[in-house]
Amino acid sequence: MTGVMAYTRTAVILHWLMALLVFVTFPVGLVMHEMALSPDKLRMLSYHKWLGVTVFVLVMVRLVWRAMHKPAPLDVSMPRWQHMAAEGVHVLLYVLLFAIPLSGWLMSSAKGFQTVYLGVLPLPDLLAKNKMLGDALSELHEALNVTMLVLVGMHIAASLKHQFIDHDGTLARMLPFMNRSSSK
Amino acid sequence: MKKIFVALFLLLPVFAESAEYTNVLLEKSNITFVSRQMSVPVEGVFKKFSAKVRINPAKPEAGMAQIEIDLASIDAGSSEANDEVKGKSWFSVTEFPKASFVSSSVKSLGEGKFEAAGKLTIKGKALDVHAPFALKEDKGLLNVDGLFAINRLDYGIGSGLWGDTSVVANEVQIKFHLLLK
Repeated sequence: MTGVMAYTRTAVILHWLMALLVFVTFPVGLVMHEMALSPDKLRMLSYHKWLGVTVFVLVMVRLVWRAMHKPAPLDVSMPRWQHMAAEGVHVLLYVLLFAIPLSGWLMSSAKGFQTVYLGVLPLPDLLAKNKMLGDALSELHEALNVTMLVLVGMHIAASLKHQFIDHDGTLARMLPFMNRSSSK
Repeated sequence: MKKIFVALFLLLPVFAESAEYTNVLLEKSNITFVSRQMSVPVEGVFKKFSAKVRINPAKPEAGMAQIEIDLASIDAGSSEANDEVKGKSWFSVTEFPKASFVSSSVKSLGEGKFEAAGKLTIKGKALDVHAPFALKEDKGLLNVDGLFAINRLDYGIGSGLWGDTSVVANEVQIKFHLLLK
């Protein structure tokens, strides 16, 4: 290993914080969607929306940070299509981390339920109440989430392949403590 | 002849002032409410109600109102919520299909504002309420606009699990807009 960090510590923290948020927000959304109307469902809906707003803000912070701190290029030998696939998945994940909370926010507005972040900060309603539009945005929110599920699956599978089949240190780019133990 | 016209003109304002409005134009009137769910204000509406109102803007203190709301006509913001609030723990509409307000007195609050006192009956419970309102005459029509708050749990609306006011707040604002002819 070169010992040079591919990503800044901030970028690494942002990545894992985002992963944690996604891995909580997604199942909360799934579960609440299946629940019958109850106080618990209203609670979970709010938590889901608050988490979503957090993701929305965090992805913008990440993009700004990334624009200012270009990561070192991935220096492993693999076919060109794999490089492109990795790049493509990363770009799409950024797009989805932005588009999914946005579609949720729009859906809430169209359904006539404002988003009040943490129960304190009311976000503006971006659309007027419109049932048909609300239902369409609900479908879109779901489709985007299914897409993200597939892409996250590919992202994780690829990182495990690099780690356990290729042994090329790619995963350690995002896990600096692995870097330390493998470079001794 | 001329003198008679002059006399009639002089009388006109008297007639205008003593006009009593008795006919509520229901299609142009509405009763809405705002509840807070997890701190989010959610607007709802009662689509069907009847109203007997008599009010003279020159003498509102002599006015009276009797309003009956068809609770099954509620739109609480989503179809899921509409089914829920008609049920037993909320309005229990099969047992108590109507809510009513009957005024007992009207007093002036000054600056063109008034307050109707009366009994609001929901789910068989009659409680005193005070509803401030304003009057505005416009092209032969009278606008009556008011807003007051009730505590839903006083009437047992949303009991059991739903009694948790950290999810659905106890206070519910009720807004009314009546157009009278």
